[in-house]
Amino acid sequence: MSTEEPSLQRRASRKSVAFTDEKLVVDADGSVTMVASPNDDTKETAMSHTPRTPPLSAALGAFTDAASQAPAAAPAEDADGLDLRLMKKKKKAKVETAEGDDEAAAPAAGEEGIDLSLKKKKKKKVAKDDDDFAKKLEKLNIEGKEGEEAAPESEEQEGDWEKGTGIFKHDETSTINYSPLLSRFFALLSQKNPDHASTGTRSYKIPPPQCLREGNKKTIFANLAEICKRMKRADEHVTAYLFAELGTSGSVDGSRRLVIKGRFQQKQIENVLRTYIIEYVTCKTCRSPNTELSKGENRLYFITCNSCGSRRSVQAIKTGFSAQVGKRRKNKA
Amino acid sequence: MSTEIENLKTYDPFAEADEDSGKTKQTQEYIHIRIQQRNGRKTLTTVQGIPSKFDHKKILKVVKKEFACNGTIISDTEMGEVIQLQGDQRTKIKEFLTDKENGLGLDDKTIKVHGF
Repeated sequence: MSTEEPSLQRRASRKSVAFTDEKLVVDADGSVTMVASPNDDTKETAMSHTPRTPPLSAALGAFTDAASQAPAAAPAEDADGLDLRLMKKKKKAKVETAEGDDEAAAPAAGEEGIDLSLKKKKKKKVAKDDDDFAKKLEKLNIEGKEGEEAAPESEEQEGDWEKGTGIFKHDETSTINYSPLLSRFFALLSQKNPDHASTGTRSYKIPPPQCLREGNKKTIFANLAEICKRMKRADEHVTAYLFAELGTSGSVDGSRRLVIKGRFQQKQIENVLRTYIIEYVTCKTCRSPNTELSKGENRLYFITCNSCGSRRSVQAIKTGFSAQVGKRRKNKA
Repeated sequence: MSTEIENLKTYDPFAEADEDSGKTKQTQEYIHIRIQQRNGRKTLTTVQGIPSKFDHKKILKVVKKEFACNGTIISDTEMGEVIQLQGDQRTKIKEFLTDKENGLGLDDKTIKVHGF
C-alpha cells in the first residue's frame, strides 16, 4: 500500500500525458492502481468513453468520502445527479487516498476491483430506493465506522438482479436509478465477458529498473536487457534514447549492464522509460504495447502494431545540444 | 565523432520530406528544453530552438532575473543559439515560454521537455 502511494501521486502530477498513455505506462511497483487511473482520467480529460471504471471508483470514492467526512452532507448529494456527484467527489477522494486517511479502505477496494465497489454501490441504491434520509445517514455512518459490515450487507443485495428480487423484481414498478443499473451492467459484463471488461484497466507492466551506484559518478542500470526483451526493442535503441534524454553518455559492461555517467535514481530512469514506452512502444491507435519497431525505407523507423495492424513512423532519437560540463582541458586532450 | 552523427540527422528532415511530401511532420520546429547533470547536485538547463524572431539576449535577461539564476547564450554550429541556464529551470522556462502575458506566448505543443 505504501508503495502504491507515490505512484499515485506521480501519476497525478503528470498531467500532460493523457490517461490513455497512462494506463499503458510502466507500473513499476507491479501493484494494481485501478483506483488511481480512473480518477485521473475523468478529472483531467473529459474523454471517458470507457465509463465503466470511473463511475464505479467514483462512487467508491464518494462513499468513503461521505462516510468519513460529512455523513450529513452525503444524502443531499445522493439526491443529485450522478455526474455531479462524481465531479465533486473525485478530488476529495483522491486527496484522501493520498493522505492516507481512508487509505486502508480505498486501495483495498481498488485491488479487489469492480466487485467491491459494486457492492458498495448496491448499498447506496437500496438507500436511495427507500428514499429515507435517516436510513441513508445510518448506512453511511455504519460504513464510516467499518467496512466489514458492508460485506454481508451487500451479499444479501447481491442476489438482487440475478434472482430478480428487490427493485429488480419483475413486477416492480418503481424506476431503478442510474447507478444500480450501471453497476449491474458492469457486473454482468465482467461476469459474461471478462475480456471486455478488463481492457480499460489493463496496464502494461515491465520490471522496475534496477539502479546501482558505481563509485560516485556512475549509475548502473542492471536489468536493461530484461526490460528491452519485455518491450521487444533493441538494447541500442533504448540506450540511445536514455542517453539522449538524460543528456549523458555511458557504456555497456561485460554482463550487459548499462553504465550511465551521472547520478540517477530509479524513479528518474523510470520516468524516462515511461516516455520511451509512450513514444516508441505503445500503439497510438489501439494502445497496445504489442508492437514492433523496424527500420523502414529511408532511414525512418516505423512502429507496426501486432494487434491492430496500424503502422506509424516515429522520430529518430536526437541527442540535441549538450552543454560542456566539466573541465575544458579534459575535452581538448 | 559527434559531428558526423549530427550531420546525418540534419539531413534527415529532407529525406522525410522527400519520402512523403503529402504530410511532412518535420515542418514544426520544436523547442527542446533539456537538463544536464553537472557535478554534485548541480544541473544545467538548455533551451534550444527558440524562434529567431525573438531576441534571445532580451529573453535571457528577463529569465535570469525572474528565475534568479545565471545563464548564457551559446551559439552552436548546428543547433543555432541555445540558452543555457543554471539549475533545473525546466518547468519555469516552459511556463515562461507559454505565458501569454509576461512570456513569449508560444504554443504548448511546440515545446518538448526532456530529461528525467
